[in-house]
Amino acid sequence: MSDRTPLTPRTPPTPRTPLTSRARRPLLATAGVLLLCALPLYAEAYWLQIGLFAMAAAIGAIGLNLLSGGAGQLSLGHAFFLAVGAYGYAWLAGEPGPGLPAPLALVLAVCLAGVAGGLFSPVSGRVRGIYLGVATLALVFIGHHVMLNAESVTGGYNGRAVAPFELFGFSFTGQDPELLVLGVPFGAEERLWYLGLTLLAVAWFTARNILRGRPGRAMAAVRDSEVAASVMGVPVARYRSAAFVVSSMYAGLSGALIALAFRRIVPDYFGLVLSIDYLAMIVIGGLGSVGGAVAGAAFVTALPLVMARYADALPIVDEPGGPGHVVGPTEAARYLYGAAIIVVLRYAPGGLAGLLRRRPARARPEPSPTGTDPAAGAAPPLGTGPHVTPLPVPSAQRKESRP
Amino acid sequence: MNQVLDILINGLALGSVYALVALGFVIIFKASGVMNFAQGSMLLFGGYLTAVLHEHIGFLAALAVGVLATAVLAGAVDRLLLRGLDPSQHHILTILTIGVDILIVTELARRIGGDLLSLGDPWGNEVVALGGVTVPVSRIACIVVSVLVIGAVFAAFRYSSWGLSLRAAAEDREAAALMGIPLSRIRTLAWCLAGALAALAALFLTAFPAPGLERTTGQIALKAFPAAILGGMTSPPGALVGSLLIGVTEALAAGYQSELSGFGRGLGDVAPYLVMITVLLIRPHGLLGTKEAVRV
Repeated sequence: MSDRTPLTPRTPPTPRTPLTSRARRPLLATAGVLLLCALPLYAEAYWLQIGLFAMAAAIGAIGLNLLSGGAGQLSLGHAFFLAVGAYGYAWLAGEPGPGLPAPLALVLAVCLAGVAGGLFSPVSGRVRGIYLGVATLALVFIGHHVMLNAESVTGGYNGRAVAPFELFGFSFTGQDPELLVLGVPFGAEERLWYLGLTLLAVAWFTARNILRGRPGRAMAAVRDSEVAASVMGVPVARYRSAAFVVSSMYAGLSGALIALAFRRIVPDYFGLVLSIDYLAMIVIGGLGSVGGAVAGAAFVTALPLVMARYADALPIVDEPGGPGHVVGPTEAARYLYGAAIIVVLRYAPGGLAGLLRRRPARARPEPSPTGTDPAAGAAPPLGTGPHVTPLPVPSAQRKESRP
Repeated sequence: MNQVLDILINGLALGSVYALVALGFVIIFKASGVMNFAQGSMLLFGGYLTAVLHEHIGFLAALAVGVLATAVLAGAVDRLLLRGLDPSQHHILTILTIGVDILIVTELARRIGGDLLSLGDPWGNEVVALGGVTVPVSRIACIVVSVLVIGAVFAAFRYSSWGLSLRAAAEDREAAALMGIPLSRIRTLAWCLAGALAALAALFLTAFPAPGLERTTGQIALKAFPAAILGGMTSPPGALVGSLLIGVTEALAAGYQSELSGFGRGLGDVAPYLVMITVLLIRPHGLLGTKEAVRV
């Protein structure tokens, strides 16, 4: 944590909110993990399904955040890599396909997404920032085209079924073996919940370690000033494409998990809207923050589903399927999250994570360009003087310097 | 031979529509460094207004209202939403336009529903014979009007004081501000112009032989992105070249679909993106884009 390595003696210690207090943090985290572990014992399958989608999305969002928040590259091609992971798993583990054991298929699907990201590296390493965002648009459309036409692998327009996950003979479906935990029957949702939780934990810690370690600092340097980074000996293009590959692998894992949760995948799901959803997740959660990505993913994924569930209880929302002039739950959710993007960017550029972290950031005596990111904040200043290139990560100081 | 000519005219018409949209991207990008993802929703907005109004006030008036209202909407987005944010944070501003796009498109798609709206253009489904090929009049109108409008925009770049200010601001923001150029007014004007161009593009996109305005019409702007990128985002002539290239490629891929069936159906829709990736592989800064030089 940045708390352990203060760069300079902290002048007046500002009061902290209880939430970010150093002592309570591990406590809260433990409580959160316990709660998540106990949830399948109490929640209905519907909520577990939502949670499962949220966890899958969270993994993908963490990956995108490594790229956008970490290396400052924008990607609208995330849906493509999700699709590679999803179809990769479905094909490798199922029929038609080689029918490999499920865990092996999962690992290979993730690697496949990584390879796909690597193949794009001539573009992702050289094209910068927003340009890359538009260049990656192409992947979504080309991917969609391939999904529709490569029918032997993807099943074409109608998609294909996904083989259930199986680990050492333990199947992640309703039966085989029947499982009763504390009187609660464990069906597919309950079992997949723990799989998702485990994968999310692995993804979370890996991302934190990447961001806090040497690669994370190198990426932050590339993000903040390409020139300064290359002068310091950071191979800019290599780090950019590496960040892209890692982010693709996260997307692949996320896609495979989504495929498991859906049990059937269709090409139309992996469209541009999905890519934009992921971008919205990391923006709402806070660029550069792993926890923020998870929170943003939960928000964006759960919003339409929860709205649909309570459609009749909400005053403005009408039942879906009516004539064009009523606001359905899906539309209401889209209004809300379109507005959320605008409001967050205008009034809380650090996202949800930035809101929690604002106070400690103020305690830092000199404005550090790496801003709200704790990992980047812990990095020593790069010794580059004023940064010339625009910062992709909104800094809390910028916000606070305004009256 | 006739088929080639037919495809070429189709491609030119398509390319000139893309050029209208792509020029809007480039103008906004030059003025503010923002990639305007809301351009598709502007296009849909202009088209929708024209479609709704033309039965009441006639086609030309409806078109004028549509174009002006879209210009105002685009200007309002700049003034109300983008202003006050740090102008150097291009990522943030760009993502913000995605939020704007989601809001506007959701609302318009809800209003349009599953309908197909006609914009009430005067050309209808008339065709003329031109050197052995039959060409819809709307295609000719599209090419002619686009050439005139784009010519006017280029002239404005070159000769008007706004164009001069815009070029100065794109060159060096600080120096331009020190010379007394009102940056924020220039920027708002750029947004307005881009909005107007998008609304005009909506007209030709929905005219015959296209069926009409649908809720998904705005997505066409996404094909103008490759056009702007492969021309080099900072170069208006580049956007023009890119648009024509993309338009003709798409028409060729659609025209020779049966010969290209090995690549799957609907190749025309992905052709623009394939061209963009190919160009970016060879020239990462686009065809006519300037390679950024950094002084240390």
